Amino acid sequence: MAEYPAVDLAVVAEVTRAPVMTTADIEVPAFRRRRRLGVYAGRVALVALWLGSWELASTYWIDPFFYSKPSEIAHKLVDWFTNGTSYGSIWEQISATLQEAVYGFILGAVVGVLLGVILGRARYLADVLAPFIKAANAIPRIVLATIFVIWFGFGMSSKVATAFVLVFFGVFFNAFQGAREVPRVIDDNARILGASRLQMMRTVVLPSATTWILASLHTAFGFALIGAIVGEYTGADKGLGMLIAHSQGTFDSPGIYAAMIIMTVLALLAEGLLTAIERRLTKWQPR
Amino acid sequence: MTQSTPAIRLAGATKAFPDAGGGSFTAMRDVTFDVAPGEFVSVVGPTGCGKSTTLSLISGLEPATAGEVAVTGTPVAGIPSTVGYMFQQDAVLPWRTVRDNVALGLRYRGVSKAEAREQAQGWIARVGLDGFERYYPHQLSGGMRKRVAMAQTLITEPEIILMDEPFGALDVQTRELMQAELLRLWAGSKAAVVFVTHDLTEAIALADRVVVMTAAPATVKSIVAVDLPRPRMVDEIRLQPDFLTLYREVWHALREEVEIARARGAVRG
Repeated sequence: MAEYPAVDLAVVAEVTRAPVMTTADIEVPAFRRRRRLGVYAGRVALVALWLGSWELASTYWIDPFFYSKPSEIAHKLVDWFTNGTSYGSIWEQISATLQEAVYGFILGAVVGVLLGVILGRARYLADVLAPFIKAANAIPRIVLATIFVIWFGFGMSSKVATAFVLVFFGVFFNAFQGAREVPRVIDDNARILGASRLQMMRTVVLPSATTWILASLHTAFGFALIGAIVGEYTGADKGLGMLIAHSQGTFDSPGIYAAMIIMTVLALLAEGLLTAIERRLTKWQPR
Repeated sequence: MTQSTPAIRLAGATKAFPDAGGGSFTAMRDVTFDVAPGEFVSVVGPTGCGKSTTLSLISGLEPATAGEVAVTGTPVAGIPSTVGYMFQQDAVLPWRTVRDNVALGLRYRGVSKAEAREQAQGWIARVGLDGFERYYPHQLSGGMRKRVAMAQTLITEPEIILMDEPFGALDVQTRELMQAELLRLWAGSKAAVVFVTHDLTEAIALADRVVVMTAAPATVKSIVAVDLPRPRMVDEIRLQPDFLTLYREVWHALREEVEIARARGAVRG
């Protein structure tokens, strides 16, 4: 009789554990892992096919003077990272471009979010400013890069300005929309609970618009890089855009491609960082 | 009852909204009734008659087009700080945890974070959500989210609690449980309650008086006093003969209006 409870407990434990240990649960991770490996293998194969056919084509049929060659590009990259560019270390160029992009991105995002949520909540102001904002948005903003070089010179500020205008509008329109889409009942509830205008902004409007704002930030950093590079391309003494402009001037097509690859890597790294931040900021959402 | 200032006074309150055609749509017309301090009043009426508009006017979310709306003797202009409001839909902040949601009203009123959290903890326990402080609303069931909303509303100790079909979206068993919880928590306060619902059983089981509204534009059709003793057991009270008599009385007043509303709906549909 004394042993009875022990047996009983074991049975209970077995029973309660049983539903967790179904065959489906054991097989799913293995299946998933196999599938993920398959996906990676497919990607590697695709890159190999692409680079291989390019290398082949430029060796036998097309002119590598115009289209370059993966091996030459790789050589160029190695050369840049070991011996540096003709304008100094490659890291100097990367850091110049990154700084311009990051400053432009932060300025554009902050101003875009602030103006967006404020106008999103202030109907009258939004109605007054709407045509002007639409007109400003319709200007081909890349052209502004030229004007900014005239205004701010060849230094960093003209590139930051270009990145800023590219980032600002995307973020602004999303923040504006996000601020308008606060569910009515949540808005009413917070007002009943006694939220002041400022508290409303901080605790209701901004978090509610977060999803919209974050969605725009992903594309915005890409725009910031484009802004910095176009700015440099227009006129600069350092940066990746300047490297491209220089490579173009000296008919060095591997240089153009190599710079493109570096830019792509930078954009992907920034994307990864933004995704991590996004997860942190939206941990309240069901996933 | 007493001759003191009513908690809520509606006198000829009328509300018209502009409609799409450039004209106006009258949601409620000439609504007059008082709610005494500490009194529980249910408002019933046909679907879409404008019951909720009454609450919008009392809460100050919408201004009255005509007539008088006063809360604790003061005409309503803006949102009175003594009013709490529980909505039909989920209105808690999805990006705040249970604890921060409950503490919200106090934080808005300038109470320090530590103090607000401590009080919130007490209310979380009172609504039976101990252990769920750090959960986000989407991680809770519908009934639990209503408990959060209840604690969020009650923590500011409102003198007037407005409830707009707060349990409408819940299943029957959870609804009865929440009704009992509401009565228990209300008994501990001295708040006046206006409870809008289309469920007659709920209306009678909870209230001291039931206000029956007409089809749109809503106005007061009749007021039925519910003199059932308290404390009440919501799941048993409806089996009592007195309850059935009251139910019949309210239903008679309401039936005609429901039929009018239905006929209009049929014409429109």
